[in-house]
Amino acid sequence: MRYAVRYKEAIIEKALVVIALSAIAVLGLIILFVFKEGSPVMARVGVIRFISGTKWAPSRGVFGILPMILGSVWVTLGALAIGVPLGLACAIFLAEMAPARVSSILKPSVELLAGIPSVVYGFIGLVVLVPFIRRWLGGPGFSVLAAAIVLGIMVLPTIISISFDAFKAVPAAYREGMLALGATKWQAIRMVILPAARPGIIAAVILGLGRAIGETMAVIMVAGNSTKIPSSALAPVRTLTSNIALEMGYATGEHREALLATGMVLFVVIALLNVAARLFAGGGRVSR
Amino acid sequence: MEGSPKILARDFRFYYGQHCALKGIDLEIRRNQLLTIMGPSGSGKTTFLRSLNRLNDLIPGTRMEGSLEIDGVDIYSHGVDVAELRRRVGMVFALPVALPMSIFDNVAYGPRKRGILNKQKLQDIVEKALRDAILWDEVKDRLCDHAGRLSGGQQQRLSIARVLAVEPEIILLDEPTSGLDPLSTLKIEDLLWELVRSYTVVLVTHNPLQSARVGGDIAFFLMGELVETGPSSEIFTRPKDKRTEDYVSGKFG
Amino acid sequence: MKQERAKGPDQHVVNRRMTAVFAGAAMMTVGVLIFIVVYILNRGLHIVTPSFLSEAPRQMGRAGGIYPAIVGSILVTGIAVLIAAPVGVATAIYLTEYTREDRLPRIVRFGTESLAGIPSIIFGLFGFLFFVIYLDLGWSVLSGALTLSAMILPTIVRTSEEAIRAVPNAYREISYALGSTRWQTVTGVVLPTALPGIVTGVVLAVGRSIGETAVVIFTAGTSLRLPKSLLDPVRTLPVHFYILAREGISLDNAYGTAAVLIILVLVINITAYSVVNRFAARSR
Repeated sequence: MRYAVRYKEAIIEKALVVIALSAIAVLGLIILFVFKEGSPVMARVGVIRFISGTKWAPSRGVFGILPMILGSVWVTLGALAIGVPLGLACAIFLAEMAPARVSSILKPSVELLAGIPSVVYGFIGLVVLVPFIRRWLGGPGFSVLAAAIVLGIMVLPTIISISFDAFKAVPAAYREGMLALGATKWQAIRMVILPAARPGIIAAVILGLGRAIGETMAVIMVAGNSTKIPSSALAPVRTLTSNIALEMGYATGEHREALLATGMVLFVVIALLNVAARLFAGGGRVSR
Repeated sequence: MEGSPKILARDFRFYYGQHCALKGIDLEIRRNQLLTIMGPSGSGKTTFLRSLNRLNDLIPGTRMEGSLEIDGVDIYSHGVDVAELRRRVGMVFALPVALPMSIFDNVAYGPRKRGILNKQKLQDIVEKALRDAILWDEVKDRLCDHAGRLSGGQQQRLSIARVLAVEPEIILLDEPTSGLDPLSTLKIEDLLWELVRSYTVVLVTHNPLQSARVGGDIAFFLMGELVETGPSSEIFTRPKDKRTEDYVSGKFG
Repeated sequence: MKQERAKGPDQHVVNRRMTAVFAGAAMMTVGVLIFIVVYILNRGLHIVTPSFLSEAPRQMGRAGGIYPAIVGSILVTGIAVLIAAPVGVATAIYLTEYTREDRLPRIVRFGTESLAGIPSIIFGLFGFLFFVIYLDLGWSVLSGALTLSAMILPTIVRTSEEAIRAVPNAYREISYALGSTRWQTVTGVVLPTALPGIVTGVVLAVGRSIGETAVVIFTAGTSLRLPKSLLDPVRTLPVHFYILAREGISLDNAYGTAAVLIILVLVINITAYSVVNRFAARSR
């Protein structure tokens, strides 16, 4: 009887180890398949030419993804320009200023915002934002700006909840010390809490960045998806993710490989971002 | 079997990483003895207690040396069934904690894990354990209530009942009254003398007054060493060691 | 409490202004949420009739209902969660209750954290290459569910781990001290106590996967027919919505589908939070 119990325990432990390794196994499979299928075309075209080529013409076998790289960069930076100040302000209000009852209503609302499907964001952008931009700012409406605004809103929950945690992690003694010295709340926030929470804030920004770069469906619906390098914030743009999603449905052969190579580039960018987040957050938990 | 000790520690040492918490303990505990391990905090008394049912195994980075025998078997030797050892050596913790379930389920927890699932049998076990812990009359009408609703003193007796339900041979109590009011404390102390009729009981306390009240035998621990042992009457009136005298007279601790 | 202050702006006025600014930012964020929900429901709710929910679409979705897409979403999401929840909870149990040495858990943690950062389109690509083509499952419920389960795995691991770590250590010690084995302790006290948190995590993962589009469109397909087996392709609600909206098939039906999606997501999220709150209230 007791031996049976011990045997069972050992089997359960082994099983748990095997199951726990499935995440890393999936990660390995993802890398293996995306890189295996994407690298031939990369090798043929040449990494530098693939990344720096300004022309994307799959039907003629011309694969340059610089427009998409720049597109991702512009759209993401724009999203951060909107999402970071707004998100940080919101997190500061929730963590430091709002009465407990107010933040107990606002905090779940922010998390609800994270639950809204990205296609819905894209759709709202399509029917509200794009016509608005076309009417008041000119251009086709489908633009860097439209994508940046939609993404700026979509990264809010990430930025808010991670920086909120960072503010909450600042020891209460810091702010009490400041307040006891006669400082106002804002002085305490500016002089003590913001500096103390800086690693967490940076991690929040980097994760928001990752979320913005990786977002696909919402961007497709509002960005216009032109393969030209955008000339202004009002010009249409195509990001790395949209490039994959738009053409994967019908691509074959070398064209499909080129899309997977686009995925490789995206993967590497995300990996670098994660490394950066880890470095800035000082080894803290950064996944979300 | 009367002559052989129930528990026998020989040059028992225990380490948390580099820190040596027990520096060679030699101690004999007889069957049906009530032994109070007394000492200030940090003296190693809880560490010793938790070594007796190998609960310290759960803390990473710990190791032991020397030997610790129960019924002549070294409990740290290879092949010992630790779960079965812990079943035989029950433990009541410092803070009264009820598992987040009903009163009945709390007491039935141990027996169920041993494979006793028969309802009638479980009911008998639970009733007997609660009676032995002198809690039955207070809870018999609300066994299905959440155990968290009990008072601190009741929860601590519930902890004792939980231990009794798995039919241990030894009962360890680690400062069982530290979170309780004086009245509940007295109830627990009285209970100890009921328990010692059927079990070997080891109590840990930092409070010399409690050691004196409980009586029985006393082992005085200080900074990881066993300073002296003896009946409480001797420890309190004719301590052999100066340090014991200082402690029981309240000079430190 | 008036006191002498250095020259410069009155700090209390500054403080009040900054508070207003930050409160404004918070209101704006919540305003966006309310705007989206109201906008969609306002235009879509009247489309959502019993027949809209129970009928098959006609003319590519121009007319008729969304029944197959509802079935598709339930199947794909349900199976994804059925796969990811046990794996995720088991991983969390391993990470919290079974790890002694450092190397293996660090690898496991690296795996889940990296997965969490991967964009859904990459999961879509992977699912297409691995499940659809390499394992030859085709565009199917199964391919979609398997890919989706990989995507939501990190969420479930993280929330379960947090819930398990929040279980007081005293419970474990009591269980061990009564002679329970490790697994008995896990099933006897750890999991029951952590259950509300775990359920919340799983429900949130359901919410996340029910709205997911990029993964599903490349792995489960876009078929409007009811699936006869797990190897048949399906179209989920967000995919249906995306196609209706982007290809301009029917804006009305797009709004209706979006309204259904929004309601589902709201109900799922609110359920998740109320589970947590109910148990938080009960245990203390």
